[in-house]
Amino acid sequence: MKYLSEYRNPELVEKYLELIFHVTTKQWKLMEICGGQTHSLVKNGILDMLPGQITMVHGPGCPVCVTPISIIDEAIYLAQQSGIIICSFGDMLRVPGSKKNLLEAKAEGADVRILYSPLDAVQLAKENPGKEIVFFAVGFETTAPANALSIVQAHKSGIRNYSILASHVLVPPAMEALLSDKENEIDAFLAAGHVCTIMGMEEYHPIAEKYKTPVVITGFEPVDLLQGILMAVQQLENGEYKVENQYVRYVQRAGNRLAKEMMMEVFAVSDRIWRGIGNIPQSGYEVNEQYKQYNARVKFKLNLPVAEENKDCISGEIMKGLKKPFQCPNFGTACKPEHPLGAPMVSSEGTCAAYYHYASAKEPEEII
Amino acid sequence: MCLAIPGKLLSVTVQLDDTFRQGKVSFGGIIKEVNLSMVPEANVGDYVLVHVGVAIGRVDEEEAQQTFEYLKRMGEVDEIADEEKSTQ
Ligand code: SF4
Repeated sequence: MKYLSEYRNPELVEKYLELIFHVTTKQWKLMEICGGQTHSLVKNGILDMLPGQITMVHGPGCPVCVTPISIIDEAIYLAQQSGIIICSFGDMLRVPGSKKNLLEAKAEGADVRILYSPLDAVQLAKENPGKEIVFFAVGFETTAPANALSIVQAHKSGIRNYSILASHVLVPPAMEALLSDKENEIDAFLAAGHVCTIMGMEEYHPIAEKYKTPVVITGFEPVDLLQGILMAVQQLENGEYKVENQYVRYVQRAGNRLAKEMMMEVFAVSDRIWRGIGNIPQSGYEVNEQYKQYNARVKFKLNLPVAEENKDCISGEIMKGLKKPFQCPNFGTACKPEHPLGAPMVSSEGTCAAYYHYASAKEPEEII
Repeated sequence: MCLAIPGKLLSVTVQLDDTFRQGKVSFGGIIKEVNLSMVPEANVGDYVLVHVGVAIGRVDEEEAQQTFEYLKRMGEVDEIADEEKSTQ
């Protein structure tokens, strides 16, 4: 398919690898910050191809994985109320809450549906005027515009029985939280290409500057990732810390203006708890005052206690780049995709699931 | 779920107002209805990047070549570096 296959070309992969080997002289730790990139790196065996001096660590790049237990509990609570249909992306259904997940709630009779798009949820609301439709809206900046659009569309069409349970997370504040952590060992970031398709490049300049850390906006195909890694390593080897754009075919400096306007119309920046990391100030989007009738938390007066995270899951350390999944005592034993203890094992873009699916057959030494 | 994939815009099926557009997009033969409200610049025949049913960007054809050109440039830079080394 156009714009996919050419970026999977084995010859190009070879050439980029050669160049990476050529420029690398020191030990470097690079973090990618998008689950799609993690998935692609592991699936395509890129981690094994890189020079030994380069360690890739996998950041909090999966919105499903960072959705805190408390918000899962809110979704389950809503699903259990009569007259409410909860809809979300499929991955969300198996993420464990403090007592159960949405799939189990569904088995017990709750009306929980998997949808591909929030716009389908608006359609569902239109077709079911006697029901309340709540879209469980997780996602980074990539997904937030579509969720915002669903509210605008419901509003324009006079649909009142629609609302969202927002669990939006923003990437730059999370990068800052990781960089300012005293245990931080990250030398450079590969920033998430699709997040930047929406947001553009500007937000990353102050971060690169303040923490003297290169940021390379990178795509998802093997050639994209290797080019991104090469650009980051070159900067590191030269002592530079710039924001560069590998993903030029989709990322413009200013991002997508209309998508940003759509989000600003409907959302306000809010604090957000990230599963495994904790509260990061100003790192999420909540539905704003003007559109509060579409905020499920306001509409259904949600006020659940904050739940404890599962102590057996070390996802926080994995997402900070301090540990790899196989260093978790539960990896592949108590925690598997069929019965995950933590969210990174649920979503196919979660680091633990990626390692489990593609790398579990190997000895840990080989994976490092 | 963060996956966004490029597809070819085949036709515009709904145009409610200046902003709200919808169209058919082909993903290697699989055709889906996609919201086009955020890519007013996309024309039929263009490739758009689609995420959860919404087009979030249009591929820049010229820029798409850059990955390949970058490699060429790097190759040249390398040759120059090698030449420098050999003349030292
Ligand atoms: S393997 Fe399971 S328990 Fe361990 S960190 Fe990953 S998700 Fe958490």
